Amino acid sequence: MSAFYKNVIGAREGLAGLLVLAALVFVVFPLFLDVFRLNLVGKYLTYAFVAVGLVMCWGYGGILSLGQGVFFGLGGYCMAMFLKLEASTPEATAIQSTPGIPDFMDWNQVTALPWFWEPFRSLPLALLATVLVPALLALVLGAAMFKRRVGEVYFAIVTQAVALILSVLIIGQQGYTGGVNGITDLKTMLGWDIRSDGARLVLYYVNGALLFACILFGRFLLASKLGKLLIAMRDKEERVRFSGYDVANFKVFVFCVAAVFAAIGGAMFTLQVGFMSPSFVGIVPSIEMVIFAAVGGRLSLLGAVYGALIVNFGKSYFSETFPELWLFLMGGLFIAVVMAFPNGLAGIYKDYVRPRLARAAAGKGKAKRAAPAGEPA
Amino acid sequence: MKVAPEVKVQEFALYVEGLTVSFNGFVAVDGLNLYVNKGETRVVIGPNGAGKTTVLDLICGRTKATAGSIRFNDVELTRMSEHEIVRAGVGRKFQTPSIYETLSVRENLEVSFPRGRTVFGALAFRITPDVVERVEQVAGEIFLADMLDQPAELLSHGQKQWLEIGMLLMQSPELMMLDEPVAGMSVSEREKTAELLNRIGRDRSMIVIEHDMEFVKHIAHKVTVLHQGKVLAEGSMDHVQNDPRVIEVYLGH
Repeated sequence: MSAFYKNVIGAREGLAGLLVLAALVFVVFPLFLDVFRLNLVGKYLTYAFVAVGLVMCWGYGGILSLGQGVFFGLGGYCMAMFLKLEASTPEATAIQSTPGIPDFMDWNQVTALPWFWEPFRSLPLALLATVLVPALLALVLGAAMFKRRVGEVYFAIVTQAVALILSVLIIGQQGYTGGVNGITDLKTMLGWDIRSDGARLVLYYVNGALLFACILFGRFLLASKLGKLLIAMRDKEERVRFSGYDVANFKVFVFCVAAVFAAIGGAMFTLQVGFMSPSFVGIVPSIEMVIFAAVGGRLSLLGAVYGALIVNFGKSYFSETFPELWLFLMGGLFIAVVMAFPNGLAGIYKDYVRPRLARAAAGKGKAKRAAPAGEPA
Repeated sequence: MKVAPEVKVQEFALYVEGLTVSFNGFVAVDGLNLYVNKGETRVVIGPNGAGKTTVLDLICGRTKATAGSIRFNDVELTRMSEHEIVRAGVGRKFQTPSIYETLSVRENLEVSFPRGRTVFGALAFRITPDVVERVEQVAGEIFLADMLDQPAELLSHGQKQWLEIGMLLMQSPELMMLDEPVAGMSVSEREKTAELLNRIGRDRSMIVIEHDMEFVKHIAHKVTVLHQGKVLAEGSMDHVQNDPRVIEVYLGH
């Protein structure tokens, strides 16, 4: 238990960080925001899953993926396919020429449910697919690239290409995927109306709980020897290889973890926002997700959550006020953060805020010294 | 090519025959034969570009041989991947100290402990008392017992060299290959390193690349001189030093 407290929670300081974020997510936001705004925060928090995954694979593993939207989207689509089938009962779709299939299929002259939609009639299978499909893609992609020792930059470019390919594929296969509109009009999950205020509140809390589960799992990984090896690989990959480790396997693993985190976020997005579309799969959203992690601090799992929240608040404010300028602003923000604060908000906290807090605490006459370098992830 | 009798395969720890590698037509190592006994410390010398580092790269699998055979304890290494070669008992130190700067000295050694080498093995790995004991023992050997909890980036250049040797020692390799271990070291550090290598060389075979002839004298059982990818001379330090060809291509400068 004490090892768990020390390594996974991160002792006192790690616990404090978790509690502050938990208070914010589970108490402050629900208390001060109406359901509409809270739902918006819930949506931002689904991006935080991706950012937390990027901290693992980019920050610690040194693997920059510019295609996390792919995994976010796959998770979201798996969930959306289940919800769409539930919404497409023969009664509800009686006016279609083929009742019982999703409306967009009918519009596209598809007359029978495609085979790959069949498993999504079952919730357990759909949930399984939400995790397994992205994990499998990450496994295949990662194994193909890392076993061949494809360099970081080329890897980033390939993930970018995959994001483009998947979004083009989804848009092109309108009859099977809903095309550019995505999968919309999602209503119920096992008969439970996900659009009601009560449901939104419940989903918000489920989302928050899952996010904390991912953060704790991430901390567990980073505290293990595997976490140390990730740092070692980032420092001196050859040395790790010549210490008897198959470096590629570790990279594939952490890439899969990041993919699964992203997929969980995607599925929660679909549930909370009520649709999924290719606009969350392509290049721009994938890069946005990297920016969340960079702004929050790519070495901080908690920082990534703040990054996702702050950038998205900024986005909804600025894109309402100056819609044309937003993309430039975001690009500028990314460059500024990386140049001036390579460890993002978490780095600012660590370098400027924490020493002051420590001094203030010492000033109170407490004999305790500032916590040594043990940075809680 | 001459076939060595069976007995010899038993005697030698490392058995390199006809080893050749060419990069786009440039033959860096040319039909090299090298036999290292169990427990022997072999020093490889030679002018720049003689192929010394390439030979180590070939043995540890970093470079793939064009032709020839490398047998270690009767296992053919040429077709194995790097981590398999390490697990077979071959350790390699790089020319510039190659350590994990952001980890502490202790963590550098712990990560090198040869248990939990697979993904799930690493997840399940716990730092048990035997790991702690081994880390402290190795830290003592490499003169870093007092610096275990320092970040490795704060070590001096010489200490970083020792740490990397320590990281190899953690794995108790049967064959240890060191590429210029005393480069950039002070005189007193060189002496300590010679003492260290003599100590750890008792239990294993070693191949050391070095330019510092004083240092070579202190550690070498046998010296091999490489020139243009071939063995120019081989034997005791005295024998090699008095070889006119060696003086001409290397020592004379």
